Amino acid sequence: MFESDNRPGRLQLAAIDLAGATALWPLWVRLGWHDILYRYRRSLLGPFWFTANTAVTIVALGIVYSQVLKIPVAELMPYVCVGLLVWGFISAILQGAGEVFSGAESYIKQVRLPYLLYVFRFIWSKIIIFAHDFPIFVALIVYFGNWPGSVALLAIPGFLLLALNGALVTVTLGMASARFRDVPRIVTSLAQIVFLITPILWTPDMLGSRIYLAYGNPFFHLIEIVRSPLLGNPPSIKTVWVVLFITALNLIVTLVIFSRYRARIAYWL
Amino acid sequence: MKPDASVQDGEPRVTLDAVAVSFPVYQGGSRSLKKRVLFRGSAGRIGRDANQRIIVEALRDVSLSLRTGDRLALIGANGAGKTTLLRVIAGIYEPAHGVVVTRGRISPMFDVNLGIDPELSGFDNIRTRALLLGIAPRAIEGHIPEIAEFTELGDYLDMPVRTYSSGMMLRLCFAVATCFEPGILLMDEWILAGDAHFMARAQLRIQGFVERASVLVLASHNLDLCSRWCTKALWLEQGQVRALGPVEEVLGEYSRVSSAE
Repeated sequence: MFESDNRPGRLQLAAIDLAGATALWPLWVRLGWHDILYRYRRSLLGPFWFTANTAVTIVALGIVYSQVLKIPVAELMPYVCVGLLVWGFISAILQGAGEVFSGAESYIKQVRLPYLLYVFRFIWSKIIIFAHDFPIFVALIVYFGNWPGSVALLAIPGFLLLALNGALVTVTLGMASARFRDVPRIVTSLAQIVFLITPILWTPDMLGSRIYLAYGNPFFHLIEIVRSPLLGNPPSIKTVWVVLFITALNLIVTLVIFSRYRARIAYWL
Repeated sequence: MKPDASVQDGEPRVTLDAVAVSFPVYQGGSRSLKKRVLFRGSAGRIGRDANQRIIVEALRDVSLSLRTGDRLALIGANGAGKTTLLRVIAGIYEPAHGVVVTRGRISPMFDVNLGIDPELSGFDNIRTRALLLGIAPRAIEGHIPEIAEFTELGDYLDMPVRTYSSGMMLRLCFAVATCFEPGILLMDEWILAGDAHFMARAQLRIQGFVERASVLVLASHNLDLCSRWCTKALWLEQGQVRALGPVEEVLGEYSRVSSAE
């Protein structure tokens, strides 16, 4: 085309999408919030059903597993609590990411909006749910009296890194699922396996000499970077490096896929 | 079709140059060449791309240019590419070939229920709708009385939208879509199923903002509506431009050919 020199490149279009989506924050904040309200409208507890559900799970699993693993409840229950909360955040993203574009088909086909807007809306609603559940952990450490101290603040950058990774993987999974409709099914079954092989209900040192099974698991580090500071210990240097490495890798893969195939999303739906 | 140099910067206009859009059909991958359907009708042609995937050629070599004040009617049989063309102008489908340049805020009006939360009030849905059209939250609040007035819904605006009739939804949707002076308003005909009172008001409103420097593109089978609302017409056939020109000429030819067939 004769005008091709003046047309923005793919990378530039991807950047325009990101800038546009960021600027539209009032929209995705609103839509993300409505996504949560919508499911629980006219129910008495509303979105707090999430919290009630999680609280019961944590208390039950904490009591049973402290018996199974012979670890004091006061130690294990906060550990299981943070583990489940963070895993809940990760698995909600993995399970929902496949629908992020195909579920927004009615929007995508009717109005031109930045594609990343749907990703932000999705991650935002997952963050709200996480924030809803977090008081359970606060209640537990108040009850057991094991206050983690100021090191707990390190969980904030850890969580932000985790959320960034969640957003990036949502873009990739969302696009892959829009094109190949089997992807969400595969991810859902893998997520269940990951939950069982990752130290969430049990601790990594129980693996004994095979502790590499935990250290070699990227999800262990993604959970640990939030869990460790909340339990009073800074995350290990290894965990920090692994998470930074995952983030860099995730960023590159997402950038390549998103800038290459962004314009095709509407055609796939 | 070079951009018109006389159009000043910031004025709305639409330019399409040799735009082609084709859709891959992934489900059809197993179809044999023998079964390949050769269309003689007016819908987009079915073909194969370089990877032997089945594709539907929805638009081919479409060029047009709309200046300030132009009101374009898109006509043609079902499947001729009218909706696809609207979506290309809206920026939803980025064409694989050709260039689309639009200037001005685009207000698409394809789906009355887009972004509507049935449990929320009319006012809340007006806010969501306006955000979807890219309006800043501050600007929305200032326009709410005006929108409310145009909808003529009165106290209903405090009620959950699920209590609305489809005609009431249409009024709400139209009021929001046209309130913020879109640079380019895109409409699919079926959306205009309001009663006579509403249609008269809608036409007045469209005339109003087209006079305030805007472009309207309306896809329609209703030739009467086209000639009342539009100044130009584009006749699409098999995704190609069959005729483009002043509305009466194109409509005349279209109805001659249609009745002859």
